[in-house]
Amino acid sequence: MYKLFSLKKKVCNSSAQASCTISRQVLQSPRIDGQTEKFVLFSLNRLSPNSRLLLLLNPRISGCAAMSSIARLRPAFLLLLLQFCLSVLSPALAISTGSVDGYTINGRIKIPVAIGALGKISNVKVILNGGQNVTFLRPDGYFSFHNVPAGTHLIEVSATGYFFSPVRVDVSARFPGKVQAALTENRRGLTELVLEPLREEYYYEIREPFSIMSLVKSPMGLMIGFMLVVVFLMPKLMENMDPEEMQRAQEEMRSQGVPSLANFLQPAATARSG
Amino acid sequence: MHKNPSSSPSRSVYLVTLIDETRREKKTLGKDFSSAMATMLRVFLLLLSLLSLTAPAFSLYEDQVGLADWHQKYIGKVKDAVFHTQKTGRKRVVVSTEENVIASLDLRHGEIFWRHVLGPNDAIDGIDIAMGKYVITLSSEGSILRAWNLPDGQMVWESFLQGPYSSKSSLLVPASLRVDKDNVILAFGKGCIHAISAIHGDTLWKKDLEADSFEIQYMIQASDSDVIHLVGFVGSSQFDSYTIDAKSGELIKHDSAAIPGGYSGQAALVSSNTLVVMDSAGSTVTTISFHDGKVTFNQTPVSTLIEDFVGKAIISASKLEGLFSVKTGTLTLFVRVTVEGKLEVVNKVDYATAVSDLLAISEDRQAFAFVHSRSTDIDLTVKLGADWNHDLLKESVKMDQERGSVKKVFINNYIRTDRSHGFRALIVMEDHSLLLVQQGAIVWSREDALASVIDVKTSELPVEKKGVSVAKVEETLFEWLQGHVLKLKGTLMLASPDDMAAIQALRLKASGKSKMTRDHNGFRKLLIVLTKAGKIFALHTGDGRIIWSRLLNSLRQSATCEAPTGLNLFPWHVPHHHALDENPSVLVVSRCGPSDDALGLLSFVDTYTGKELSSASLDHSVVQVIPLPFMDSTEQRLHLLIDASGQAHLYPKTSDALSIFRPELSNVYWYSVEAETGIIKGYALKEKASDNYSFDTRSIWSIVFPSESEKIIKSSARKSNEVVHTQAKVIADQDAMFKYISKNLLFVATVAPKASGDIGSSTPEESWLIVYLIDTITGRILQRMTHHGAQGPVEAVVSENWVIYHYFNLRAHRYEMSVIEIYDQSRADNKDVWKLILGKHNLTSPVSSYSRPEVMTRSQSYFFTHSVKSIAVTSTAKGITSKQLLIGTVGDQVLALDKRFLDPRRSVNPTQAEKEEGIIPLADSLPIIPQSYVTHALKVEGLRGIETVPAKLESTTLIFAYGVDLFFTRFAPSRTYDSLTEDFSYALLLLTIVALVAAIFITWILSEKKELRDKWR
Repeated sequence: MYKLFSLKKKVCNSSAQASCTISRQVLQSPRIDGQTEKFVLFSLNRLSPNSRLLLLLNPRISGCAAMSSIARLRPAFLLLLLQFCLSVLSPALAISTGSVDGYTINGRIKIPVAIGALGKISNVKVILNGGQNVTFLRPDGYFSFHNVPAGTHLIEVSATGYFFSPVRVDVSARFPGKVQAALTENRRGLTELVLEPLREEYYYEIREPFSIMSLVKSPMGLMIGFMLVVVFLMPKLMENMDPEEMQRAQEEMRSQGVPSLANFLQPAATARSG
Repeated sequence: MHKNPSSSPSRSVYLVTLIDETRREKKTLGKDFSSAMATMLRVFLLLLSLLSLTAPAFSLYEDQVGLADWHQKYIGKVKDAVFHTQKTGRKRVVVSTEENVIASLDLRHGEIFWRHVLGPNDAIDGIDIAMGKYVITLSSEGSILRAWNLPDGQMVWESFLQGPYSSKSSLLVPASLRVDKDNVILAFGKGCIHAISAIHGDTLWKKDLEADSFEIQYMIQASDSDVIHLVGFVGSSQFDSYTIDAKSGELIKHDSAAIPGGYSGQAALVSSNTLVVMDSAGSTVTTISFHDGKVTFNQTPVSTLIEDFVGKAIISASKLEGLFSVKTGTLTLFVRVTVEGKLEVVNKVDYATAVSDLLAISEDRQAFAFVHSRSTDIDLTVKLGADWNHDLLKESVKMDQERGSVKKVFINNYIRTDRSHGFRALIVMEDHSLLLVQQGAIVWSREDALASVIDVKTSELPVEKKGVSVAKVEETLFEWLQGHVLKLKGTLMLASPDDMAAIQALRLKASGKSKMTRDHNGFRKLLIVLTKAGKIFALHTGDGRIIWSRLLNSLRQSATCEAPTGLNLFPWHVPHHHALDENPSVLVVSRCGPSDDALGLLSFVDTYTGKELSSASLDHSVVQVIPLPFMDSTEQRLHLLIDASGQAHLYPKTSDALSIFRPELSNVYWYSVEAETGIIKGYALKEKASDNYSFDTRSIWSIVFPSESEKIIKSSARKSNEVVHTQAKVIADQDAMFKYISKNLLFVATVAPKASGDIGSSTPEESWLIVYLIDTITGRILQRMTHHGAQGPVEAVVSENWVIYHYFNLRAHRYEMSVIEIYDQSRADNKDVWKLILGKHNLTSPVSSYSRPEVMTRSQSYFFTHSVKSIAVTSTAKGITSKQLLIGTVGDQVLALDKRFLDPRRSVNPTQAEKEEGIIPLADSLPIIPQSYVTHALKVEGLRGIETVPAKLESTTLIFAYGVDLFFTRFAPSRTYDSLTEDFSYALLLLTIVALVAAIFITWILSEKKELRDKWR
């Protein structure tokens, strides 16, 4: 039991995920093994697949305990784990050139050229590590960052009207000139650093074209509709009613003093006729 | 069009929950209605908004752009300018600025043709135009050379220059020099000289000067030869001159000599082989001539040039023929250097004179200009380089306001119709404004101080006086109806483009948004803006126009105050509603220099007229200003200024203020965050005053972070004027949670010292982020949370009982946002009805930092796509309207994100009750809906801050985002549930009423007939 708790604590501490605070609460109330394990699963499930795997691969977790818990987890985990390992091992294209004090990241941005969007490319910015370096595109869409130290970097593209996923770029120090890239939004690996927008962004609402239905659905339309129903359908309903029953109802109403439309208009009518 | 499948479901969920939101607001709003009429109207409106909820909230139609928002583009203080005035094509001037902007301006109107804002550490060192079609910029200390296409600003090529060490840089674009039919650009940077092809940006040759710390001063092309001279200094005492063959890069000659008397950092090139430098004491001018490998020095004390000289003289670095200018304490001297190296004073002018570079106006004649200003006049003089006695041009130009001294001048000539030379001068003033002077008049001016906003406050406009109605009511009924018919056409999409234009004009007119009076909804206000230039502006929120602007005298450079910098604005005097004859005023706090212990300056400015009411030079420094919640009898707000030695000073210094403040002495607490030492300290005032208005302070608590494992990178506190409507939060199962609401909540984020650098500089194992929530009165740590494998930069916002912060997760390699909400457990028992009946509850007990309530925190994290520059939160008048986060993204846009996406109670499968409450199912990342960018298709280039101000209308908040650009908009976080939208169709309403009346008559006639028929029967 205790071992499991400590494992969980470690997982929580290393995961940097806020959901761990909840798991700590539950830790205070002891439960049977199976249930606690389920809980681990639950809290892990709330993390994204990537961070979940990173968490499991984290060397800080005491190896056998972590592995034993993995083994007891669903097979899907192992599959994902396998996938992750494969994605790490997959060969990436060399796109950078080594130099004296840093590396160069070269890339290209492809924007589907629409009519009238020609001037857009001059306003595209490519941003390294959240603003550390900013560069612009050449007419052919290429860009480069110079003097980048080895490590894992983040490239963002700012282009009005397009949504680009940030790109994780690993510049390897051991193999100079080796660069790996992956989109962080969908964790898709890139064989070469060619960035394309995930989607276009349209910042305005599109006005719905005029239709009768929209007019009918509008509050005014509903009001008019209701009125028409009252005016034309109610008399029909009244006609269908049993005359005796109706008389009874009318008398009842009169005795209660509920003003009817006819009563309401009576004085006016009498005034006019008189 | 691609659509991310994951975004659309979340959007629809959002809609559903939003309806719930509005319903709840309906309930809470009920209390506030003053009259039955208003209630009815609003209930109707709620119904209306419920029915019309077909689109996501806060989005905008394209034709609504500019109705509630405005956007202004600026460039910043101009550093360098190059004219491009060829006969064909548009005349333009290309400028580089201190905000790292490169822009091409229309020379006729001063508008921006194109503009690029470079990165924050990519300062531009030099610009020029090559081959008449490329703008060349050298930036990042001479390491990046870029060429931009002159007509459209497209980057053509980019070249990265490398060298062994960092040094000053210099750019030279020789007009005539060609290497292999290729135009050459020479750039010096990082100790190397590079020759770059102007067409492709390829390096033709590179020469390492192999000299340590050579600081270049000038790069000169000897006339009509292929030889380049580089002159500069090593350290402060050695002069070096290099001669290089421009075609091959071979070093022809290298001369070096020690300068007698040292070197102060300023030098002026007098001719192609003579340099004038000032010694380190600022009292002797040394002339250096470097003919044929011989370096000779000639020293002249400044005191021989001008009598009664004291202090330091400065040589202004401009290229003049045979002349240079020296600035002494009061004067600017023009000094001629004779062939023998002797100096003679040609003229003395006022100190604040700017001198332009030499401009070749014909083959053998060169001209230069000098400009100086006298309050609202500018005197421009253009002289021939060789002939001092002859003025080419001398004119005086009137300005509309005081703009301080002239900082820089750039001249350009044109040929008049009578074949004489005309001159235009681009003048940079002390208030960072840019003026173009031509033919004795200011052709255009730009207020580019607004590119460097430091602080923003709002001020109410004057109340509209009775009888003097500014609104025009001459509109006839016919015109009114016509307008509404047009609008109806617009909503039914039957309008032609002409009609659309008419509708737009009508809307702008009808809104009366630029009126100079207070409005009922509180949309019209004055934005008081303090800028780096020391200039204050008042902008109208309606259309963004400048109501007044003032260069504060107290913020100008003077003998007593070397480098005044503005710090903050505070509302000083806010008259109550009925004091119509009093103008509000703001307090401008600034100090004489960048360091903390520089002396402070106070200035009081009337917000209606812009007049500086008074100013004071303080005899102490200003580290912190605490606005106190007290007013004196004249409605001046009390402020406590804390100086560097820990003393507190009370302002205004009146006995009245003191008598108000004395009883509250023991209730004043504050804290300081010392990021360098990693200490947070809390202070209180000592009872005994050291003198009348100064108080000693005592430290009451401190939190010391271990410097080897934690480094403070961000601290953030709640806005002091935030309003919270309710303390309780009703959750799904008819249960309540009590928010821990304290004004003294401080959020602090620390990271591992190793991970305090940029992303990519550390591994996940050695980096962690620890966040703290601290009570600033007692120093109690309410919550501590560790994120392993995370690092900064951290942006955070604290509001109500929650804090949201943005950081980088190194393991996932994505940005994350986390939310922490704090709840007060000590009030949780109050839910018991019996306790309430028996009076055993603590609902009425005040919220106090002295008590130590048990708190419960909940938190959750989500991925967020973008880097973030700034986070703010909407604020409304009563705090009823739900909150939205305003996120300034790295792309300089402002994204509105509903707070409910950052709710720790989100779960993967919310229960039915939770769904009804408005809890969104948990997803691992936060959605980015393009329609919820409040800046829509615009960008606030160089975004630095977002300010939110509540309007009087509860549903609406005013947003002001500033950077190099300014953007303002009105924003309703849960739609405008308490007023009609601007595109509400009154005509349709009228039509319905008419139809109803007609129907009543018809039914009446019908019923009468029927009755008659019944009677006959």
